[in-house]
Amino acid sequence: MNLANLNLLTLSMLLPLLGTVALAFVPKTNALLTKQIALATTVLVAVVGIAMTISFDFGATGFQFVESREWIPAFGIKYALGVDGIALVLILMSVLLTPIVVIAGWNESEGGRWSPKVFYSLLLVLETMMIGVFASTDVFLFYVFFEAMLVPVYFLIGGFGSGDRAAAAVKFLLYSLFGGLLMLASIVGIFVMSTRYGNRTFDITTLSGLNTVLTPMMENVLFLGFFIAFAIKAPLWPLHTWLPDAAKSATPGTSVLLLGVLDKVGTFGMIRYCLTLFPEASKTFTPMIITLAVISILYGAFLAIGAKDIKRLIAYTSISHFGFITMGIFAMTSQGMSGATLYMFNHGFSTAALFLVAGFMISRRKSSTISDFGGLQRITPIMAWSFFIAGMSSLALPGLSSFVSEFLVLVGTFTRYPVAAIIATFGIVLAALYILIPVQRALHGPTTPGNENLKDLTLREKIAIAPVISIIVILGFYPSPLLNIINPAAATVVSQQGFSDPAPTMSEGKK
Amino acid sequence: MITFVSPTLDYALLAPILIVLGGALIGVLIEAFAPRSARAGSQLFIALTTLLLSLASLIRVRSGASTTAAMESVTFDGAGVLLQGSILIIAIISVFLLADQENFTALAAALPGSDEERTSLQQDLKLTEVYPLALFAVAGMLLFPVSTDLITLFVALEMLSLPLYLLAGLSRRRRLMSQESALKYFLLGAFSSAFFLMGIAYLYGYSAAVSFSGIHAAVIGGSGNDIYLLLGIAFLSVGLLFKVGAVPFHAWSPDVYQGAPTAVTAFMAAATKVAAFGAMLRIFYVSFAEAYWQWRPALIVIALITMVFGSLVAIAQRDVKRMLAYSSIAHAGFLLSGVIALNKSGLDASIFYLFAYGVATVGAFAIVTLVRDSAGEVTDLNRWSGLGKRSPWVATAFAGFLLAFAGIPLTSGFIGKFSIFSAAYESGSTAILITGVLSSAIAAFFYIRVIVLIFFKDPVEDGTSVVIPSVYTQITIAISAVVTFALGIYPTPLINFIQSTAQFLR
Repeated sequence: MNLANLNLLTLSMLLPLLGTVALAFVPKTNALLTKQIALATTVLVAVVGIAMTISFDFGATGFQFVESREWIPAFGIKYALGVDGIALVLILMSVLLTPIVVIAGWNESEGGRWSPKVFYSLLLVLETMMIGVFASTDVFLFYVFFEAMLVPVYFLIGGFGSGDRAAAAVKFLLYSLFGGLLMLASIVGIFVMSTRYGNRTFDITTLSGLNTVLTPMMENVLFLGFFIAFAIKAPLWPLHTWLPDAAKSATPGTSVLLLGVLDKVGTFGMIRYCLTLFPEASKTFTPMIITLAVISILYGAFLAIGAKDIKRLIAYTSISHFGFITMGIFAMTSQGMSGATLYMFNHGFSTAALFLVAGFMISRRKSSTISDFGGLQRITPIMAWSFFIAGMSSLALPGLSSFVSEFLVLVGTFTRYPVAAIIATFGIVLAALYILIPVQRALHGPTTPGNENLKDLTLREKIAIAPVISIIVILGFYPSPLLNIINPAAATVVSQQGFSDPAPTMSEGKK
Repeated sequence: MITFVSPTLDYALLAPILIVLGGALIGVLIEAFAPRSARAGSQLFIALTTLLLSLASLIRVRSGASTTAAMESVTFDGAGVLLQGSILIIAIISVFLLADQENFTALAAALPGSDEERTSLQQDLKLTEVYPLALFAVAGMLLFPVSTDLITLFVALEMLSLPLYLLAGLSRRRRLMSQESALKYFLLGAFSSAFFLMGIAYLYGYSAAVSFSGIHAAVIGGSGNDIYLLLGIAFLSVGLLFKVGAVPFHAWSPDVYQGAPTAVTAFMAAATKVAAFGAMLRIFYVSFAEAYWQWRPALIVIALITMVFGSLVAIAQRDVKRMLAYSSIAHAGFLLSGVIALNKSGLDASIFYLFAYGVATVGAFAIVTLVRDSAGEVTDLNRWSGLGKRSPWVATAFAGFLLAFAGIPLTSGFIGKFSIFSAAYESGSTAILITGVLSSAIAAFFYIRVIVLIFFKDPVEDGTSVVIPSVYTQITIAISAVVTFALGIYPTPLINFIQSTAQFLR
């Protein structure tokens, strides 16, 4: 393999690993160089990611940037990469968020149990796996990344978080491992079935024909193995309880990656694996899943309204948002699918903005209780405005990116499941409450004693938050570049299920 | 009049076993004649050379195949080569641990607490008998999985067991506990040997043969009395299941794992498992395959109980060696699914699993030998807390081995688990797959708890420290770690080799 025809996906996975190797040679005392190397690496990966997006062929169907090599031929396992529009958008999100997390967490890495070197090594390894998990077109390879990813996150939470970080890390890991092992059982099932039907492979495209030979019972069981694992990842009520603890205990940067990227693996997996491999079972379980999604939307919102801790608040809002995403996916309409994918991207950035600003606030105030803040609008205007915009994006204010996606999801759902869509709309009302209440408490109102001398954002923090806010605003007004990438892939997934969009009975969906 | 037919032996194929026996005998001679001061060095050298020579001779004849390597008693085939190779590699890396004489009592014959013991300790005597004993055990282990008649199988069983009984009692610290464990091991072992012999008797009664092929012919012929076959398989299995530590024949293993010197535990836990499972695979695949409806349901139940029991009880353990013992019980359950699978993929998967698990086990116990206070090894898990702070590399390596036991991807344990479960499922055993996956989840819990303890808890100030590993121990840990991760990242060469080689000749 020569460098010239190195696959861009492989390259983007290789770079962080090289960065980790480089970090190994940096003396432990030289924290600055460590951070610089980490930043340089992640920026480079982001550039590769952008290059990939630019050279992506919108019109073509199927996977692009394909690479396929034998890995364990005895089991038909390949190192096979490729992206469709959905995966590409999520990879783009991951590689854009990582350097921002590096900048924002410049000081986070210092307060941990171990040196910054360990923090950034784990982060870079994690980045490789994040790209890999979205880029795999081999089910086994996907599983390897899916599970192996837990280890760096576990150490990032347990080693660098705050509060009862060890317990939160363990809870996270055990939940995820449990889901992962159920998925392993399904993967074994797929393996044996594909062997039995003559083609021993884990290739996703080939396996998408497997459902024609499975008994409905078998398909349902295999589907559930995957779905439960994904429902734990993208926490769906009632499997969500690990998330608030993990998000609260992790550093803000880790939380950004945890909620912004890792949890997306769950929703991405539902599209790529549940729907593609088990279309019939997906249809069977759709009513149940839509119900769970609606419950998540409302339940997460109610918990968020009651939350006293700002990081838990953000975690609860995410449960609500993941409900929307899941609903959009299982609505089986092209708007719902596109909306859900765009939602994943937008949620990544609005949650990132919230967590980053919350992190800045917490590092100043040394407290994460919402009532400890107050009057920030006067003392630290830039920080307050950033939080405000992030919050508005989270409640899907028109003009900000989340609005487009939430609207699409609701429209897409309404055409097939009007009742669910109408109930879910209440989630938007609740979102206004759970965002506006903390905004009022923390930004406006009288200055809480002890806040008088808080400093506004430093240059580094502004550099970290500026791109996130820009993306939120720009995509709010002009989402079509992303939708152009997403739409063909989303339409393909929906049509593979044998669904066509219901003819619109209302020319304009309601918000 | 009985005419004596002199046996024809294929010395080239038997060489791996014979070389190890020869090395062991030389070791005994050195004990007898060499001056005390020269023994430690030369014994290590001889043990290592012997094992390497044996491995070399095994590699030389790797493609050989014969059902009559020693008349009908020994069969040399692909599976045999792989199993013997695994045993030898595990023995080579664990022999370095034996070199760390801190582990062993100075004078095995001295009563604990006696004057004799004190003087022997003051004189700084070295217990070099461990090398020949270990070599005898290795020879037995090499013979065990290639034996193809029941008598030879029994001889091999005793040959590997007797030295291990002795070795288990040689710990320097907590000698009473060590001796107690040795006695327990011996008594229960003798008991299970009796069952084993009983099984042989029944099988002979059933088939009028002691050779595996003879029993196989009788099973196919179906003219014998099935009751005797059933009893024979049952009793024989008791002996084998005892050796692999399957529930309900596991009672010895936590005590012996804990009481034996850790270097011995490492060797025993890893190599005995390979040998015993090797023999079990052979006899079930070769002799009893066609009678699977007789034994498979019972073995499935045992496998399920073993997995669940091992994983559950391990949670409650506060001693690292006992925890690893229960974890090895759980792994015995996983390995039994390879026997139950009764197909080619089950055989391949079992051999891969045995090798991967054995190497990781040696590595994990090697690290246990490093965590000490002034009174010797510290095995109380609570005192391991904060280990990651004091010695990050040792802690990281230990965590790596635990992750391999837990079957996390990119470690050898994951590939092993995947292949063995898929083999079991391929053979139609859904229960094994589901239970295996669930008990893996339980098992993950206690492995992770240990990782939390060593990384996320603060160190206790009670003089527990990690000693600088001797060169020997470093070699052991390094090889084990490299193999564990290499097999997780790129297992293809080994899997392909196993797939093309592993088969039993009948």
